[in-house]
Amino acid sequence: MFLQLVANGLVTGAVLAIAAVGVSLIYGILGLVNFAYGDVMTFGAFVAVLCNGRLGMGMVVAAVLAMVSTAILSLSLEGVLWRPLRARRAGFMSLFLASIGLALVLRQAIFLVAGPQPRSYDVDPYKVYVLGSVRLSGAQAIAVTVAAAAIVAVALVLGTTSVGRTMRAVADDRALAAVAGIDTGRVIVLTWILCGLIAGLAGVLAALVQSSFDPNFGFSLLLPVFAAVLLGGIGSASGALFGGLLLGLATEVSTWAGFHGGVNPIYKPVVAFAVLIAVLLVRPQGLLGRARTL
Amino acid sequence: MSTIASGEFWAFVGVVAGIYTLLGLGIQLEFGFAGLLNFGHVAFMAIGAYTMAIVVVKLGWSMWIGAPLAILTAAAAGVAVGLPTLRLRADYFAIVTIAFSEIVRYVATNEERLTGGTQGTINLAGAGEASSYNGQWERFQGWLQSTLHLGSKDVTMLIVVWVAALAGCTALWAAGRTPWGRVLRGIREDEDAVASLGKNVFAFRLQALAIGSGLAGLAGCFYAWQFSFFSPNDFAPLLTFFAWMIVILGGLGRFFAVPVGAVVFGVLFAGTRFFDFAPFSWFDSAERAYLRLMVIGLAIIGLILFRPQGLLGRREELVLE
Repeated sequence: MFLQLVANGLVTGAVLAIAAVGVSLIYGILGLVNFAYGDVMTFGAFVAVLCNGRLGMGMVVAAVLAMVSTAILSLSLEGVLWRPLRARRAGFMSLFLASIGLALVLRQAIFLVAGPQPRSYDVDPYKVYVLGSVRLSGAQAIAVTVAAAAIVAVALVLGTTSVGRTMRAVADDRALAAVAGIDTGRVIVLTWILCGLIAGLAGVLAALVQSSFDPNFGFSLLLPVFAAVLLGGIGSASGALFGGLLLGLATEVSTWAGFHGGVNPIYKPVVAFAVLIAVLLVRPQGLLGRARTL
Repeated sequence: MSTIASGEFWAFVGVVAGIYTLLGLGIQLEFGFAGLLNFGHVAFMAIGAYTMAIVVVKLGWSMWIGAPLAILTAAAAGVAVGLPTLRLRADYFAIVTIAFSEIVRYVATNEERLTGGTQGTINLAGAGEASSYNGQWERFQGWLQSTLHLGSKDVTMLIVVWVAALAGCTALWAAGRTPWGRVLRGIREDEDAVASLGKNVFAFRLQALAIGSGLAGLAGCFYAWQFSFFSPNDFAPLLTFFAWMIVILGGLGRFFAVPVGAVVFGVLFAGTRFFDFAPFSWFDSAERAYLRLMVIGLAIIGLILFRPQGLLGRREELVLE
């Protein structure tokens, strides 16, 4: 039972982690707490539903198309919204509020086009993988494998490629990076592409794990994702990965009966925030965040 | 469905705008003065509304004890949230407060014995027994209506809510002109400078948070009386964002800008109900509900792009940052 909970926690955690990396990169490079991120994930999940369901494509093709479309959406939003806001020297607060407005627009647009009814992907719901005492559904197994692969890929891009290095440099200090000859405009465009791809993938994987989802699902995932980002330390990509995994494990394992009878599963989201607040009490900058003032 | 010319409907819009004003005043004090990004404001409204209803229905106490108790409980909740979180950076604080408001809504949804659960306060006294907490309020409203010779209950409510809202504005405006208010404004501009003058920044922020939360608790009581019963989903994060939009729309740093923002927002939001011309006429009523929220979202974005200081704000005093 305990091992099963750990496995479930790793699945939830891996999906949270991959989503959290996107949020964290956007924050680090653009100084933007992107409240619309959850709804961009929803957009990806619905593009995949369209491809997988109505157009009858395989899940892999559908997921790739979803990622491409969220990347395109992110880039267009950069053009029509974020770049003009930066040109007007909008501060942290303005950007945050604008992203809240954007989140409303995106979510309602998805409601309008797709309707409120719950959706699910055309995958075999009875497929089960058994590893010792642990049972994973097909969707869970796919989600955890793909998320792990994506995490490695993102870590490689950030850690070893020149694009990743320039991104980290801009996240550290945009002015200094610009002085050092880095084209920050190009880095911002690349960030939106990368984060768009990540958001699309995270949306599809989260939808796959949930098995049934409606246009509100991305927004309801947003707070756990933010909690993971804060837990790791805002702006730190490795912190976001770590925070996501830790939160996923903590919420699942907290329901273990061996742990003082376990927490009522209804309260799993509350456990995530309790962990977050407990960590912030000790380390206000998050686990891997650097102490600095805004 | 009311028509655009119905006085009753616009009295209702006015009552809601008054409740939004009370909600927005808290945000104006917390952000416009103390620089706190509280994005979980609606939680304190929920705490106020539920405290009042629970005290009246479950304990059988008078509403005149329940309402002050609701305000105090909301303020105490503000202190309880502020104590561990106020030293966090602004962005962390914003997200932790949203998380808090979702926890409150979650608990209200699931602790059925305490709150009536998803069905709301109508279920407060237990299954099969419709409960009501506003009998005393109705009697008070009736008494006021006959004493002041008012035309209808809606108009009476309108007057009561706006007396409270404007009294709140005036009190905060006066407080803003005292040394206390100047310290808060100083904290917003440069908290290190204020701290170096020997002021306890933490204590001042905590006071602002307590007062703002108490005002939200009062807004919660009025909300509860206006709608006769309520459920946890009435306190979704969207309401916090509406209150923020009202404050930004009116203008940051000025208390009397809040009622202006609330009225403009209320009229616009209600007005979108009557969008029955093209392109809105192409959609059915459920779809129009989505469109209305889209319009609100676009309005938030447009406001921030084109007039970040709001209708009455002073740009030189506060560029949004």
